[in-house]
Amino acid sequence: MAFDKELNLEATELRLGLPGTKESEKQPTIAIKSNKRALPNFNEESCGSKENSNASHLIQKRDQEIASPAKAQVVGWPPVRSYRKNCLQLKKMEAEAAGMYVKVSMDGAPYLRKIDLKVYKGYPELLKALEEMFKFSAGEYSEREGYNGSEFVPTYEDKDGDWMLVGDVPWDMFLCSCKRLRIMKGSEAKGLGCAV
Amino acid sequence: MPRMGYSFPEEVLEHVFSFIQSDEDRNAISEVCRSWHDIERWSRRRVFVGNCYAISPTMVIRRFPEVRSVKLKGKPHFADFNLVPEGWGGYVAPWISAMASAYPWLEEIRLKRMVITDESLELISKSFKNFKVLVLSSCEGFSTDGLAAIAANCRNLRELDLGESEVEDLSGHWLSRFPDNYTSMVSLNIACLGWEVSFSALERLVGRCPNLRTLRLNRAVPLDKLANLLCRAPQLVELGTGAYSSELRPDVFSNLSGAFSGCKELKSLSGFWDVVPGYLPAVYPICSKLKSLNLSYATIQSPELIKLVSQCQNLQRLWVLDYIEDAGLDALAASCKDLRELRVFPSDPFGQEPNVPLTEQGLVSVSEGCPKLQSVLYFCRQMSNAALMTIARNRPNMTRFRLCIIEPHTPDYLTLQPLDVGFGAIVEHCKDLRRLSLSGLLTDRVFEYIGTHAKKLEMLSVAFAGESDLGLHHILSGCDNLRKLEIRDCPFGDKALLANAAKLETMRSLWMSSCSVSFGACKLLGQKMPGLNVEVIDERGPPDLRPESCPIDKLYVYRTVSGPRFDMPGFVWTMAENPALRLS
Repeated sequence: MAFDKELNLEATELRLGLPGTKESEKQPTIAIKSNKRALPNFNEESCGSKENSNASHLIQKRDQEIASPAKAQVVGWPPVRSYRKNCLQLKKMEAEAAGMYVKVSMDGAPYLRKIDLKVYKGYPELLKALEEMFKFSAGEYSEREGYNGSEFVPTYEDKDGDWMLVGDVPWDMFLCSCKRLRIMKGSEAKGLGCAV
Repeated sequence: MPRMGYSFPEEVLEHVFSFIQSDEDRNAISEVCRSWHDIERWSRRRVFVGNCYAISPTMVIRRFPEVRSVKLKGKPHFADFNLVPEGWGGYVAPWISAMASAYPWLEEIRLKRMVITDESLELISKSFKNFKVLVLSSCEGFSTDGLAAIAANCRNLRELDLGESEVEDLSGHWLSRFPDNYTSMVSLNIACLGWEVSFSALERLVGRCPNLRTLRLNRAVPLDKLANLLCRAPQLVELGTGAYSSELRPDVFSNLSGAFSGCKELKSLSGFWDVVPGYLPAVYPICSKLKSLNLSYATIQSPELIKLVSQCQNLQRLWVLDYIEDAGLDALAASCKDLRELRVFPSDPFGQEPNVPLTEQGLVSVSEGCPKLQSVLYFCRQMSNAALMTIARNRPNMTRFRLCIIEPHTPDYLTLQPLDVGFGAIVEHCKDLRRLSLSGLLTDRVFEYIGTHAKKLEMLSVAFAGESDLGLHHILSGCDNLRKLEIRDCPFGDKALLANAAKLETMRSLWMSSCSVSFGACKLLGQKMPGLNVEVIDERGPPDLRPESCPIDKLYVYRTVSGPRFDMPGFVWTMAENPALRLS
């Protein structure tokens, strides 16, 4: 239909965006939109006096600058139901609040350290953190051979008091059962799954 | 009343009509002639009111005097995402009071997104002697006191389903109000309750209801009590576990495993909050019979999920978190050839970066491997036109397709183009598509495709998309079967809305928030279309204190035969035909 011709949409186009900005610079303004509706700003001609629109322009600019580095959370987006959001939120909060601090010792080191296991999403992250903290390399983990090619081996004491190799059990199970960590010297670690 | 000599007697017609259950067909029957209309209205037993403000309870009762089952929906869908301010409406009280006197034989009440009070629950429990089914889906406004009244008084209750409602949890003892001689429970869903219910009452209830087929527990029911419950109800068809975590103990595990094995009829599993993976193998014995699996609260990783899902060859529905990863979806595609519905929810919806390797590829795999896949809800962080086109070609039988790319305005990650052609392919190939949700970077083009091809589309959700009114115009002028349209944060304004005003009367409702619709246009729409309620929702204050050309915050337009409603809060204005009724 000749919709475009009759209505000449271009001329009266109401666009989302700051007055004077081009179409291409779309992204950041949208995120902060919902917070600043009190000052109408779509179309310079439509609302408010000239002074007002200057002021609102400035405020928008400032907010845009603030908003760009840390994106404002848009209401209701992504569309996750409150019920589900609350469940996730609860989990996150429980995890963050609780914290799971365990002692970490390393053979030959003069003092122990403490780390919060809950901070790590899985074994790779934990091992990296340990390697950085104690300046060692754990080598490659494999189920069959344990940690290959390294002087030091990460182990942990479980609920039963046994010393286990880090990495054998699923991460969640490890979180539940780990009481403390010990980075053992390779020579002592034989028999804990290292290559014979 | 004189009858035509050669027509059937009323009783025969009534008997024939009793085989017609669908509302659409019954509505058609009632339009044939006066006598059919009368016979039909006296014999209609089920009424579904998709928008509780579209008609008044009095009118429903007047037309259908012998109803046994009522289903009502209240707030617009976007209320699920906090876009509808608290107090907007959806109160069921007037319906309950009207029905309490008019329908003494009412058996079923199903509500969605409505506000129901304890008083109403008590009224229900005392007014309907043969009350059997209460389903409260995403409702609010009531407490466990109201539930206690239902438990105490509804002797014939078969189904109590609290859905995902918000219940004020005052006491877990409401469950003990079911009398000792009450044995008719068939379906009980209390998954949404935050605190403990009296476990011994629950156990006894489960034990004495031989017809119990559905039991959805809440998180507070500990895992070590689950085996006990299952042993009392081996006939269960649908189970929602409570928290699925406990210290790994061999005795608890073997009890649980044994209990699951004893449930030969189990076809649906849900719950699985706080999962300890070590306990998952307890359900392996029943996996092959499962048709529906809801793991969307289970924070288990892909390897565990793969092990589980690979054993569910008869799975038809899977709800899961994106922890399943592309790899898990590959496994799903390989193992579950009967899959009809897939929903993948985000584990970290507000994080800036992807936290799991789940991409468009997972969905493509499932679309390839599962020939019966027709319903999809998929949250992800990247998408391409190529992937969408592949999915569309693979699955022309798709009927519900909801894609949520988490970051607004995200383009095709391969070409950096808008995703117009991708979604265009979906609507072009999937000719029976009834529901569609869009996301990503989209221009007016996509709406042209939708208007041209999506002829069976009934519900469309749009966010952060489009460039001009042309987009909205395409939708409203092209989608012949559109019933519900919900839009947020799109540059759609007055022109398309006013040009398609008549279309709005053929739809159930239109929601537009954070768009460019002016107050003036809303007033005009309200004046032009007396058959519509045009609600302006604006928490900033009365819209007439601002220039008419200023955009309003939220617009909710719905057709109605009962005029403006009278229970609006201070931040809602109906644009009525009579200017005197407007504002202040």
